[in-house]
Amino acid sequence: MELFRNPNIDFLGKKWYFLAFSLVFSVAGILSMLFWHGVPLGVDFRGGTLVYVKFAHTPSNDAIRGALDRVGLPNAKIQSYGPAANNEVLIDLAGQETSEAALDKGKAQIISALETNAPAGKQDLNNASSLTIKNYLMEKDPLHLGTDADARYTTLAQAIMDYRDKSQGGVLHSLDELKGVAGPVAVTSLQEGFFLSDFGVRNVEIVGPQVGKQLQTQAKLAVLYSLAGMLVYLGVRFEWIYGVAAVVTVFHDTLITVGAFSLTNKPISLTVVAAILTLVGYSNNDTIVVFDRIRENIKLMRREKLADIVNRSINQTLSRTILTAGLTFLTVLALYLFGGEVLHGFSFALVIGILIGTYSSIAIAAPILVAYQEWRSTRGKKQISMPADAGKRDKAKAGV
Amino acid sequence: MNKNLRWKLIVIVVTLLVFLFGIFGIPKSWSGQGLLASMTDRIHLGLDLKGGTHLILQVQVNDAVNADTDRAIERLKDDLRNRKIAYADINKPDPVNGPDKLVVKGVPPEATSDFRSLVTDRLPEYDANSGPENSWVLTMKAQALSDMKTRAVGQAIETIRNRVDKLGVSEPIIQEHGLGQYQILVQLPGVDDPARVKEIMQSTAMLEIRQAMNGGASYKDEQAALAATNGILPDNSVLMHGRSIGASGEAGDAVYIISRVSAVAGHDLREARVGRNSQTNSAEVNFYLTADGGRRFSAFTGAHVGDYLAVVLDNKVMEVAVIKSEIGDSGVIEGRFTDQQAKDLALILNSGALPAGIKYLEERTVGPSLGADSIRSGVRAAVVGMLAVLIFMLVYYHGAGINADVALILNLIILLGFLGFSGATLTLPGIAGVILTVGMGVDSNVLIFERIREELRNGKTPPSAVDQGFSHAWITIVDTHVTTIVSAFILFIFGTGPVKGFAVTLTFGLLANLFTAVFVSRVIFDYVLGRKQRGEALSIG
Repeated sequence: MELFRNPNIDFLGKKWYFLAFSLVFSVAGILSMLFWHGVPLGVDFRGGTLVYVKFAHTPSNDAIRGALDRVGLPNAKIQSYGPAANNEVLIDLAGQETSEAALDKGKAQIISALETNAPAGKQDLNNASSLTIKNYLMEKDPLHLGTDADARYTTLAQAIMDYRDKSQGGVLHSLDELKGVAGPVAVTSLQEGFFLSDFGVRNVEIVGPQVGKQLQTQAKLAVLYSLAGMLVYLGVRFEWIYGVAAVVTVFHDTLITVGAFSLTNKPISLTVVAAILTLVGYSNNDTIVVFDRIRENIKLMRREKLADIVNRSINQTLSRTILTAGLTFLTVLALYLFGGEVLHGFSFALVIGILIGTYSSIAIAAPILVAYQEWRSTRGKKQISMPADAGKRDKAKAGV
Repeated sequence: MNKNLRWKLIVIVVTLLVFLFGIFGIPKSWSGQGLLASMTDRIHLGLDLKGGTHLILQVQVNDAVNADTDRAIERLKDDLRNRKIAYADINKPDPVNGPDKLVVKGVPPEATSDFRSLVTDRLPEYDANSGPENSWVLTMKAQALSDMKTRAVGQAIETIRNRVDKLGVSEPIIQEHGLGQYQILVQLPGVDDPARVKEIMQSTAMLEIRQAMNGGASYKDEQAALAATNGILPDNSVLMHGRSIGASGEAGDAVYIISRVSAVAGHDLREARVGRNSQTNSAEVNFYLTADGGRRFSAFTGAHVGDYLAVVLDNKVMEVAVIKSEIGDSGVIEGRFTDQQAKDLALILNSGALPAGIKYLEERTVGPSLGADSIRSGVRAAVVGMLAVLIFMLVYYHGAGINADVALILNLIILLGFLGFSGATLTLPGIAGVILTVGMGVDSNVLIFERIREELRNGKTPPSAVDQGFSHAWITIVDTHVTTIVSAFILFIFGTGPVKGFAVTLTFGLLANLFTAVFVSRVIFDYVLGRKQRGEALSIG
C-alpha cells in the first residue's frame, strides 16, 4: 500500500497562504491570552486548593453551593468533571488564600460541609482510611478474635477498602454491600459506628503560593533551556540558520498550542508543560528530517535554485512525514480518548501540538531557509551550503 | 545462515531474555495472575497510580539559627560578667529577617581589645564589628550560618524519617527537594488521610522542664498575668500559654509565668513510654532522662523543693506541679490524652526533636480509587494505541510490517524491563511516555522503509536498497532521537514525581528504539534476504 507516489507539490509557492494560516491562529491565541481568558494556569502554578469529589448520585450544584456557603466558602468554584455518569465534581478554592495554613483549612471545611447527613457520633465510611476501620474493629472485636486480631482486622479493613476503591470506584451506596467482603457479623458491627455519606474524596491538591511561583519559574526555564539546547545542537550539526529556522518554528508551535489552551480556557498544569517540552523535541524531529534531505540534495543538485531543492526535499519526505505524524497522532488520540480525565490536558496539548508541529516543519521552517537565502542573494552573497567536511563526517558515521 | 547473522540473532535473543527477566523476575506461577503479580512486584508504581500522599515542606531554618544565637547571648552574658567587661544590653535587633545578628550595647571604649579577644576565644563563629555609640554588632560567619542551615535540614529529614518509620508507612520517600530552598519532599504511599501524619511530622517535640513562677499560678490571659505581677515579670521569666488545669477538668487556654531557661531540655530525654494513671485510668506519657540530664534534674529539684515546675512541650505548658522532694531521672506528662494521642506523643518524643519548625508548602493526595482508575485508563489507552500502530504497519508495509512490529514489541519489552531493573517509578504520565514511545519509535521504521522503497523505485536490487535505506536513514534517526532526548532530559531535571516518570520512560524508550528499529530490524531484513533467491522481490508494501 502506498499513499503518495512521487508527489510534486509546490509548497513554497503557497507560503503566503501558510503565513496567513499561522498568523490567524497565533494572533487569535495571543488576543485570547491578552484580552479574553488570559493564560489559564492550573493549581500547580497559581496555588490553591482543589478537591475532587465523587458522588453516589447525580450531584446538584445548587445543593453543594448551599453547603459551601454555610461553612463560609462562598467563592469556591464548583465544576463537574469528566463524563457525567461518573458524578464527579471539582471544588476549587481559587487562589484568594495567601498562606499555606489557610489552604489546608479549606479542604477540611469542604469535607465537613458536604457531610450533611452525618448522624451524631458516627464516622463516614466513604471517607474513612483503612486505619480508622481497623482501629474501630479492634475496639469492638465483633469476631472475637484472639491473639492474631491485629493482623486479621488489618486484612479485613484492607479488603473493605479495596472493595470500595477498586470495585466500586470509591463510593459505597449501602453498608450491606460489604457483607460479601467482610461477612454479616462484622458488617452489623460496622453499621453501629459508621454511616455512608453520599460522596468520597478522590483527590486533593493543595499548592501553596510559594511553590506555585517556584514551579512557574522552573517551567519557564525548562522551556527556554530546551529551545536553547535545540538551537545549539542544530547549529553544530547544520549551519546556524537551520538552528534559527527550527527554533522559530518550534516557538510558533508552542505559541499556537498555548493559544489553544487559552482559547478553550483549559488550565495549564505541570504535565501540560511536560507535553509542550515533548513537542519541542517532536516538532524538531520533523524539521530535521526535511533539513537532512535538503542538505543531502544540496550536494547532489549543485546547479539548482535553493527553492527548487527545498521543494523537492519536502516532497521526497512527504510520505514519511505524513505517515509518522499520522501514527504518532493515532497513539496520542488513543491517549486523549481513553487515557482518562487526569491526562486530559496533557493529551490535548499533544493532539494540537502534533498537528501543528507537522504542518510547521513544511510550512514555516523550510520557507524561512529560502527567505534567508533570497535576502542574502539580493545582497550579492553566495548560496548557503553545508560546511565541506560535514558531509564526509556523516558518511563516515553511516559506515558507507 | 551466515555466521555474522547467527551472532546477531543470539545477541537479540539474549537481550530479550534479560529484559523479560527485568519485567517478571522468576514468576512464582505461570498463570496470568501470577505473571501480573510478579510484574507489579518488580515495577514500582508512582503515588498517582497506587494512591498516597505527596508533601513538600520547608524547614524554618531561621528557628535553628535563632536558637543558636539565643544560646550565644547567654554564653556572652556569663563571659562578660566573668571577665568584668561592662555592657548595657545584648539583643537581637531583627530575629525574623536577621537571626544571625546580635547587638551588644554600652561596652566602654577602653574594653575594646578585651571584648575583641573574648569574641575570638569564646564565639569563634562570629565576626565582631564596632557600631555607633559604643555598641558592637556580632554576625555569624557566612560559612557557619550556611552549615547550620544545612545541618538543620539534614536533622529534620532524619527525625521525620524516624517518625514515619514508626507509623508503619511502607516504602516512604523522604529526601531534600529543590535547590537550596530548605525543602523536603515526603511521599507516603497508601496514606490517604494525611491529617494525623502531618501533625506528627510537624510537631517539633521540644520537651523542656522549667520553673513555674508565682506559685505555678495560671491566669486567663496575658493582661491578667501582668496585672498579678504589677506589670513587671520576675527576673528571667516569660509569659507562656498552656492548658488551664481547672477544677472542672475542662481544657482551655491559660497563661503561666515561666522561667526563661530550662532545667532539662529535649536532648536530655532518653525514652518516653505510654502509661496509665492508676487513679483516673487515663493514658499518660512517662519520660526518662539520660544520666547527665537526670543529674541536672535532681540538682534542680533538690534546690527548688516547694517551688513549682512546668513541663513545656513546643513552648506550650503541658503540666504544672509542685516539687515535693528531689526527683531522680523520670517524670510524667498527664494532660488528659486519648490513647491515640498518648501513643503519638510518645512516638514523637522518642524520635527526637526537630531542630526547627516546618511549614507545609504543598500537599497532593491521590485516593486509591483514583489510582486504580488511572491504571485502567492508562493501560487501555496504551493497548489501543499500540494495536492501532501494529495493525497499520502490517497493512501498509506487508512483510516489512511484521519486521517493524517485532521491533516495536521488543522495544516495549526492553523499556519495561529497564523499569524493573532500575527501580524507576512508573507514573501515569510515565504510561503516556510508553505510548508516545510507540508512536515516535515507529518513526524510525517508517524513515527506513520509505527510504528503501525510494531506492527500490530508483532501480536498486533489494539487498542494496536495504543497505542504502539503513545507512541514509541512520543519520536522521540519530538527529531526531537526540532532540527528543534533550527535551526529556531537561524535563527530568526540572520535573517532579509524575513528570519525572514521563521523562524516564520517554528517554529509555527512545534509546531502546535505536537498538530495535535499527539493529534488530536490520537483522530481520538480512535474514529474510538471505533466504530469498537472487532477484526475488522484497515484501515492503
